[in-house]
Amino acid sequence: MTDTTPMAIEVNCETGEVTERPLTAEEIAQREADAAAYAAAQAEREAIEAAAAEAKASATAKLAALGLTADEIAALSK
Amino acid sequence: MANTMVLIASNTVGSGGSASIDFSSIPSTYTDLLIKVSGRDGTYAGDTSTAYFKFNNDATNQTHRRLVDNSGTVITVGTGTSLALTNMNGTTSTSNTFANYEIYIPNYTSSNYKSVLVDGTMENNSSSIYFGFLAGLWSNTAAINRITFTCDGVFAQYSTIYIYGIKNS
Repeated sequence: MTDTTPMAIEVNCETGEVTERPLTAEEIAQREADAAAYAAAQAEREAIEAAAAEAKASATAKLAALGLTADEIAALSK
Repeated sequence: MANTMVLIASNTVGSGGSASIDFSSIPSTYTDLLIKVSGRDGTYAGDTSTAYFKFNNDATNQTHRRLVDNSGTVITVGTGTSLALTNMNGTTSTSNTFANYEIYIPNYTSSNYKSVLVDGTMENNSSSIYFGFLAGLWSNTAAINRITFTCDGVFAQYSTIYIYGIKNS
């Protein structure tokens, strides 16, 4: 890939005409805004998943401390 | 029951890559639309990029529920406000591997909201592989006549999109 302005492909399904053109400044700005929003959403999702994994590990450790075997703990989630 | 399937349009990305692929003037003469995507992100610096799509240039009014599995472990059961292919190969995934997805849009010209089914896998030719399902909704009553695809980076060369019309008569 090059460092030039990203391109857009436009396909007219009625005529079959295909056009390739550089993205406009407005389209580039929108892409950057979308990327920032997605990164924020992804970070939030990963934090939720990490918290869930931590809670699961903590619960497993507490069950083991109560005397449950690994098989018995695994059976609880089936 | 749908009994015909006609290729409406297709595109193969060229050597420069493309940030968006836009299909306009989609005819209204079919019952459903079926889209097949083989895609890879040529610039996203990670294993898994995401590809998005929107109807009639409307990026709002989109909601979904998705299920994503990575190598046998469910990593995401969630909701969101986008329509997307759940995982697409990024630049650090195995070279020359592409994600394969199908998008099915029943009754795409109806005056009701449009439901969308997305299913597919991010091939990786390794033990790490993603697959996902996404149930989407576009809360708009307009007939779909345009579909635009984007991704986190740029669609890599040889990415392909095929749009088929399905008729029930």
